[in-house]
Amino acid sequence: MTAFLKLLARNRLALAGLVMIGIVVLLALLTPLLPLADPDVTRTADRFKPPFSEGALLGTDHLGRDLLSRLLWGTRLSLAMGLAAAIIAATLGSAIGIIAGYFGGRTDNIIMRGVDMLMAFPYILLALAIVAALGPGLMNALIAVAAVNVPFFARNIRGITVGIAHKEFIDAARLAGMRDREIILGEVLPNVLPVIVIAMSTTVGWMILETAGLSFLGLGSQPPQADLGSMLGEARSALITNPHTSIVPGAMILIIVMGINLLGDGIRDALDPRLKSGALSRPMAATTVDRQGAVPAARTDSLLDITGLQTEFRVRDRQYKAVGGVDLHVKKGACLGIIGESGSGKSVTALSVMGLVASPPGVITGGAVHFDGKDIVGAPYEVLRALRGRRVAYIFQDPLATLHPLYRVGDQLIEAIQSHESVPRSAARARAIDLLKSVRIPNAESRIDSYPYEMSGGMRQRVGIAMALANDPDVIIADEPTTALDVTVQAQILSVLSDLRRERGLAIIFITHDFGVVGQLCDSVAVMYAGRIVEQGPTGAVLRNPQHPYTSRLIDCVPTLGGGQRKLAAIPGLPPVVDNLPAGCAFAARCDKAQADCRAGQIDLLATGPDRRVRCLFPENVTEHSI
Amino acid sequence: MTDALKLTGLSKSFRVGKRSFGAPWSYVHAVQPLDLTVKTGETLGIVGESGCGKSTLAKMLVGLLPPSTGEIEIEGAVLDNADPAIFGKRIQYVFQDPISSLNPRKTIRQIMEAPLRRLHRLGKAERAARISEIFAAVNLREEFLDRYPHEFSGGQAQRIGIARALAARARILILDEPVSALDVSVQAQVLNLLADLKQEFGLTYLFISHDLAVVEAVSDRVAVLYFGAVVEIGPAREIFANPRHPYTALLAQSAPEVGRPISAPENAGVELPDPLDPPKGCAFNERCAFATDRCRRERPALTGDRGGREIACFNPLDPAAEV
Repeated sequence: MTAFLKLLARNRLALAGLVMIGIVVLLALLTPLLPLADPDVTRTADRFKPPFSEGALLGTDHLGRDLLSRLLWGTRLSLAMGLAAAIIAATLGSAIGIIAGYFGGRTDNIIMRGVDMLMAFPYILLALAIVAALGPGLMNALIAVAAVNVPFFARNIRGITVGIAHKEFIDAARLAGMRDREIILGEVLPNVLPVIVIAMSTTVGWMILETAGLSFLGLGSQPPQADLGSMLGEARSALITNPHTSIVPGAMILIIVMGINLLGDGIRDALDPRLKSGALSRPMAATTVDRQGAVPAARTDSLLDITGLQTEFRVRDRQYKAVGGVDLHVKKGACLGIIGESGSGKSVTALSVMGLVASPPGVITGGAVHFDGKDIVGAPYEVLRALRGRRVAYIFQDPLATLHPLYRVGDQLIEAIQSHESVPRSAARARAIDLLKSVRIPNAESRIDSYPYEMSGGMRQRVGIAMALANDPDVIIADEPTTALDVTVQAQILSVLSDLRRERGLAIIFITHDFGVVGQLCDSVAVMYAGRIVEQGPTGAVLRNPQHPYTSRLIDCVPTLGGGQRKLAAIPGLPPVVDNLPAGCAFAARCDKAQADCRAGQIDLLATGPDRRVRCLFPENVTEHSI
Repeated sequence: MTDALKLTGLSKSFRVGKRSFGAPWSYVHAVQPLDLTVKTGETLGIVGESGCGKSTLAKMLVGLLPPSTGEIEIEGAVLDNADPAIFGKRIQYVFQDPISSLNPRKTIRQIMEAPLRRLHRLGKAERAARISEIFAAVNLREEFLDRYPHEFSGGQAQRIGIARALAARARILILDEPVSALDVSVQAQVLNLLADLKQEFGLTYLFISHDLAVVEAVSDRVAVLYFGAVVEIGPAREIFANPRHPYTALLAQSAPEVGRPISAPENAGVELPDPLDPPKGCAFNERCAFATDRCRRERPALTGDRGGREIACFNPLDPAAEV
């Protein structure tokens, strides 16, 4: 709640709206206590007195009634009507929407078709028809305005409810013995309530306008009772001669509706989870670079050399050091595995290479990435764009999320080819078919015209690989490309990648959490923990003789097929959060060999043998490095 | 030993091409009629690839989905009314995604109290006592009770999910991919916790997973599902070491293993059969190297062999053959 108020207060316009509405509501509440003239007493002798005349601060109307008094009483009535209509419409509409969305199927069909029919009528016509049927009067106008707004709430809330009704916690509630009524009230409603509040805050303004509209037409409040609409309606005939009688209620309507809309927008922005997570702030085309100190030189002459790379996420006043100084390099035709648990920084390392970390909040704060001898951290966007996909290509975990659902896979492949090379469409299409064949998609000629949803997960990932290969890149960075796939499909994809690497001399950086996959595919492996490499070396050596306690214990955690039923080794505790890393070894808190020295200060990645390095003061198996 | 769970001819078909009135266009048979028994105190592993019907099976077992045909017998009592509130006291479910199985707007205490209040009608003091007992069993601190789900890591949230399942005092737990959303180091913690709880409370598990090594490590027996039907069932130790159904053999060969060279264990481009147009005969025949004409005509039934294994195959692999 305090967070919500803080967010709201940060929005200047919403604050202004809150102040406007606050004053109006306060005045309306205090109206009966204020020393005002009776709003309904007519004094024809005093008709059309101008504002600021004696005894009538805002003047009088055509019957000599005090305008200030009528304005305040009218505002009170209009606000009450608008709010009542909004509450009725929100309650009814949300109830309909929740029931339709929760039960689904035929219930949903019947209810929503009824709502659609209501929506098919023009707004004001429907309200007029309802009032015409029920007869003019305040209550009937209220009913009409509420009824007209029910479909808006029903549709909105139904959409949200459908999403919630299929969540697992609803199933869990059923298994806990809760009945439909209890689930709707106890599980669904709390989750849709913010949406109802948002919808109400943005519609209460309309409803005040609509009730005023009906009163203006003489169908709402009946004389002599004043509301803002009827005041305007009565003043209409004197618009030219005595404009103040129209301006006074008109200005009040303007203030109320504007205030409510500004406040409503503010409430929506503060409550909407999508806006809160920054989904609407567009990331920049390349990651922001804010490097302190000198740019390190490349340590090797490899095709891709990452030196001292540091990437962090700056969220408000916190800095999450996702990558804290990573050195990696990969040669032509080699395959490097990066292994680590979630949050270890393996994906951020990979994305930093081509400046693909979303900024804000991501910032590269140090280190260098040398590709083909040139540092590309902070390179102009044009340079990065020419390299992305052309020289360095990515394969991501979920091909369903990376392929555009509305375009045929062939068109997406052709686009990938044509964005780097100007070739005629027919030639690009022929290349696309060749690519699909090279990743062993059967019937490539016909599959090229499929949409992504028509393909299985394994086929889609092959398209993802084909797209990465489209421009014959030198380096492929594969970020958990087989994690979402079944084992038999994973085996197929790995064999495709392995063959391609051999045939084309590709350098592959393969990110995974699976030791089995690394062991099969990669020549060398880097193990990451809390944003740093803790161990690095040839795959076979690292997996057989792990030297860092984290590596060896992680390997023990993974069951391997053929071991039979058994108790698994586990690592107690959790990895540290990267905005508050300990001074020494990040693994010390979970390590059973940790000494005081481990926690004292920075520990370097030190060589323990040919090609092997480990970030540990007390490494294991060091004597056996005879690989 | 008694049977904790006995399924007879259980199947589920979904309608496709829904119409408002009249019969649907066609049916997809997500689970073919299936007989299965789980003994009390046993862990039965169920493996299979996505789309093989393992989650549909699990949802039927806890009453979240009404079966199309067949019978579910839990601890000797037949339950066929698909009412989770009645199933809930005997059989509970642990979800794959620990975070989304907890209502984000409720505190852990509210989540834990629901089954105690609804299923067992416990009073306030009894509920508090029971919750602290369960929390002690799953190694969670009681101060967590007043927090909201988003404050927990995946491993902690999964412990809460397990605690909720235990709160219902069910003796059978359906574990639907309980560790596949977790990191390996945390995965082992949760698996070991499950093993301890099983001993402590004498539970029976149905452990569903796509990870063969995990299933083998926790299960007594394993059933392999393909395209909605059990193709092989047998003791966990032997079934992957010495598979008799060609599909089990394919699964075992596909599991990545350190030191084994990469080779595609089957022709590239082979996919699961189309559920709208199921193959005639054995569902696996299009992917099988040993398929004969008979396999393309008839569907093999699950039959037992001498080693306590059941296989649905006309040409099973030699039990002694090395894979």
